[in-house]
Amino acid sequence: MEALLASAIGLLTAVGIYLMLRLRTFPVILGLTFLSYAVNVFIFVSGRLAVNAAPIVGTIDTPADPLPQALVLTAIVISFGMTAVIMIMAIGGHLQAGHDRIDLDEDQA
Amino acid sequence: MSLALIAALPFLGALLPGLMIRAGRNACAAATGSVTLLALVLLALQAPAVLRGEVVQTRIEWLPALGLNANFFLDGLGLMFAGLILGIGLLIILYARFYLAKSDPMGQFFTYLLLFQGAMVGIVLSDNILLLLIFWELTSLSSFLLIGYWKHLHEGRQGARMALAVTGGGGLAMIAGMLILGQIAGSYDLTVILQNKDIIQASPYYLPALILILIGAFTKSAQFPFHFWLPHAMAAPTPVSAYLHSATMVKAGIFLMARMWPVLSGTFEWFVIVTSVGLITMVMAAKIALYKDDLKALLAFSTVSHLGLITMLLGFGTPEAATVAIFHILNHAVFKAALFMTAGIVDHETHTRDLRRLGGLRTLMPVTFAIAAIASLSMAGIPPLNGFLSKEMMLEEAAHVGWPNPWMIGILATLGALLSVAYSFRFLVHGFLGPVRDDYPHKPHDPAFGLWAAPGLLAVLVVLVGLMPNLMLGWLLNPAASATTGRGIFTNIYHWHGLEAAALWMSLAAVGGGLVLLGAYPRLRALWDATPRPEAKRIFDGVVESLAQASRTITGILHNGRFSRSMVLAVLTTAILSLFAFLTATPHVPGTRAMLPVDPVVLGLWLVLVIAAVATPFLHRNRLVALILTGVVGLLIAPLFAFFSAPDLALTQLSVEVVTLLLMLLALNFLPKETPVESRRSRRLRDAGIAGIAGLGIGGLAYAMMTRAPAFDPISAFHWAQSKPGAGGTNAVNTIIVDFRGYDTFGEIIVLGIAALVIYALSEALLRDPAVTARLGTLPKSVEAADRHPMMLVVATRLLLPMAMMVGVYIYLRGHNLPGGGFVAGLVFSIAYLMQYMASGYDWSHSRQRYDHHVLIGWGVLIAALSGVGAWAFGLPFLTSGFAYVHLEPLEEFELATAAIFDLGVFLCVLGAVLLALASLSRLALRTGEGPNTTAHDLEEAR
Repeated sequence: MEALLASAIGLLTAVGIYLMLRLRTFPVILGLTFLSYAVNVFIFVSGRLAVNAAPIVGTIDTPADPLPQALVLTAIVISFGMTAVIMIMAIGGHLQAGHDRIDLDEDQA
Repeated sequence: MSLALIAALPFLGALLPGLMIRAGRNACAAATGSVTLLALVLLALQAPAVLRGEVVQTRIEWLPALGLNANFFLDGLGLMFAGLILGIGLLIILYARFYLAKSDPMGQFFTYLLLFQGAMVGIVLSDNILLLLIFWELTSLSSFLLIGYWKHLHEGRQGARMALAVTGGGGLAMIAGMLILGQIAGSYDLTVILQNKDIIQASPYYLPALILILIGAFTKSAQFPFHFWLPHAMAAPTPVSAYLHSATMVKAGIFLMARMWPVLSGTFEWFVIVTSVGLITMVMAAKIALYKDDLKALLAFSTVSHLGLITMLLGFGTPEAATVAIFHILNHAVFKAALFMTAGIVDHETHTRDLRRLGGLRTLMPVTFAIAAIASLSMAGIPPLNGFLSKEMMLEEAAHVGWPNPWMIGILATLGALLSVAYSFRFLVHGFLGPVRDDYPHKPHDPAFGLWAAPGLLAVLVVLVGLMPNLMLGWLLNPAASATTGRGIFTNIYHWHGLEAAALWMSLAAVGGGLVLLGAYPRLRALWDATPRPEAKRIFDGVVESLAQASRTITGILHNGRFSRSMVLAVLTTAILSLFAFLTATPHVPGTRAMLPVDPVVLGLWLVLVIAAVATPFLHRNRLVALILTGVVGLLIAPLFAFFSAPDLALTQLSVEVVTLLLMLLALNFLPKETPVESRRSRRLRDAGIAGIAGLGIGGLAYAMMTRAPAFDPISAFHWAQSKPGAGGTNAVNTIIVDFRGYDTFGEIIVLGIAALVIYALSEALLRDPAVTARLGTLPKSVEAADRHPMMLVVATRLLLPMAMMVGVYIYLRGHNLPGGGFVAGLVFSIAYLMQYMASGYDWSHSRQRYDHHVLIGWGVLIAALSGVGAWAFGLPFLTSGFAYVHLEPLEEFELATAAIFDLGVFLCVLGAVLLALASLSRLALRTGEGPNTTAHDLEEAR
């Protein structure tokens, strides 16, 4: 099972970085979303995998590690905030410049 | 508490001038002055105890684990300096009130001045050296504001920058030195450090610490070779020069050397470095001062020279010499502040400070002349003025230093004194004596009383101290010198030391030689003008420019405006460093932790996830498809979380994913629907290679981590054990979020709120841009949907709304004990609302809402903060939660927890942030040419 999750994390990272290397804003933002998935799952699995061990006191004696879960919970919400900010920036860039390329033009660089 | 209050008062008072300036310039100055006066009175209340030899202490724990505490202490040295800072500060405020022109923003000036004053008082009262360092940097920053006060002046801005670069740079060195010192002594409290002379001087780190601390002190006190910034800082208004550059800030370095004198001095290294730097500075700066035509430049170099003198005395390392140093600090502050203010008066009245254009002011400005004469004679060391006393004592000390040979330091000190006599007389003779001229830029006359009152008072002090030194200053000098040297000093100051005193003959030689120099001035000047000299400013500018050029080059390589390039560099750098770490670490062995057996459900989820993820890069040019694939991946992660015992995460991931997808769908309205093919195949292969390397690395890392037990015991064992007894909840994830790590969560909801506000502000700015609104009108309209607001959808969402809300409330209420909580509840509410927006449109939905989303965010943060502040009422730290079990008939026993109030804040903040972000995007959509909708749904035929 660990191998499945590890490969999924690796795949999500690779897809995220590939998309972030594209030249338009929308795929870059999608890439960032993929990367967030990968990072969130990575942090989550740092608590190691456990089945039927939700950290609810009274239901179980050896629970899954609750701390990474708490970290990832807030991280998920913050990722949304970040994605939303970048999205409005991308929209603004497109509306103001008339294109959605991410690189500066040669004369601006 | 009182000492902390003295240091805090000027900072608090810094708010006043900006407000009081509305009531006029007098009110502004009076408010500023009363703040300083109040601080001075508080200081005076502590004085009797300090003068009896006690040490007053105030200790406030801040970060005890790091040794960083707001500890203050007041001894004789601190009292003297604090008195000097606040006393001269009062006079400067009076002087500045009349000096500043109507067009100068006085409120700003006094605000900066009080900030500076607070920082200075903080330095001299700090017990904790880390605290001292903070104040130290604050003086650099506030003096930057003061030097650059006349923003329109090029020299002012440049001088301010140079002062900041030099003193700030020195400050960095000092931080390092202080940290080393603290490590050696085992404490960051001065009172402890000062007791540990033997340990510190025996340490192998003594010399590095000494050098680093001295760099800080030398830069601040403008000692060679860092002296060059002070003359350029003279572009500041004269009150600033008088305050910062004669009486206080430049003495901060001296103060530090005096403060550290008991532990750092006495070694050969200290003697050689400090004495020689002081001596070189004294002689060199005195020589330059002689050839300066600008009154303030002359005074600036003279200040550098006198600071050198004091440094040299501290360098001698004997208690007697240190006592003289303390005495001269007082004397110099008094006569030099008076001289600067006089120079300011001359500038104010004649509109020039150039000695070549002055002269003959004696009859035109008799009062100013009297003040200038007293102060400059004191600077020259003419009896019976106060400058004479300390200079005489200095020469006596210098004559008895037997290193490197019996006479060298004595002769050089005499030379410094001689030059000092020459420039002091030049100031007086070329400025005030001689015939009256008829070509002054402005007809000079004595200024109003307000302007000469402060220097006049100082001149009176010069005379009184000169005549009765023991009566006037003995009470302060002895405790200050005792505190500096760490032993009881009871000095008696004499005017006459007898014919056999070396100082008498040295002094006579200095005065005679000085007068001769002045007589030969024209010829010397011609020689000086003909000799080439290194220009410090040009060297400094060159260094700064080359550093800036180097940074530009590096930045240009890393960030050339192409995002993909910096991205590639970042990924490759990380990959190479990781590979390096992997190869050089202990040889890799596979992990031995037992793996879980593969479950068919997970395998199925994994398969779909892999297919969707792999398909995304191939299909991403159709953005809608790419978005759907991303959504599939995101939604699949939720059941994975659920399977691996994280129900809270599953709920959050699911609801956030829905919201994110809605947001992106909305955003896609304003963006092209296709991504064109722009990069070559080779480049895409390269990118795939880089992405593959990163993916392999991260995946491998995750695998290696999961197949091993944690290297350290997880701290969550504590959270688990304390979840019920400590925080009153059985859901450990929720208790961590709202209780154990409540502070983090508090910060996070604020960040989320700010993000939403940023989105709102950006969309607002876009809507104001006519080019943007024009372009919005021309965006291609989507034709896929025939109905804008189909009735079926409207009816369904209306039905769902109350149910969704009930689910949200339920999730919120159970959160403390079972999976759920404020985050998820907020998201569920958001989705319920967003469905109304989707079904009936922005206008219809928004006009039915009685409050703004901003308000929700504000209340959320406020409620969370209040639930935290509530703990203070019980004497507990911020965000300590409390809970109780309540039994109300006919209900079952239930729990009330303050954490639930905090969670309510989280809930409101999340709800407000999500709605505000989406609503901001919707507002853009209104400008795309679609008319606002006023009905809940449309039944008419489309197209």
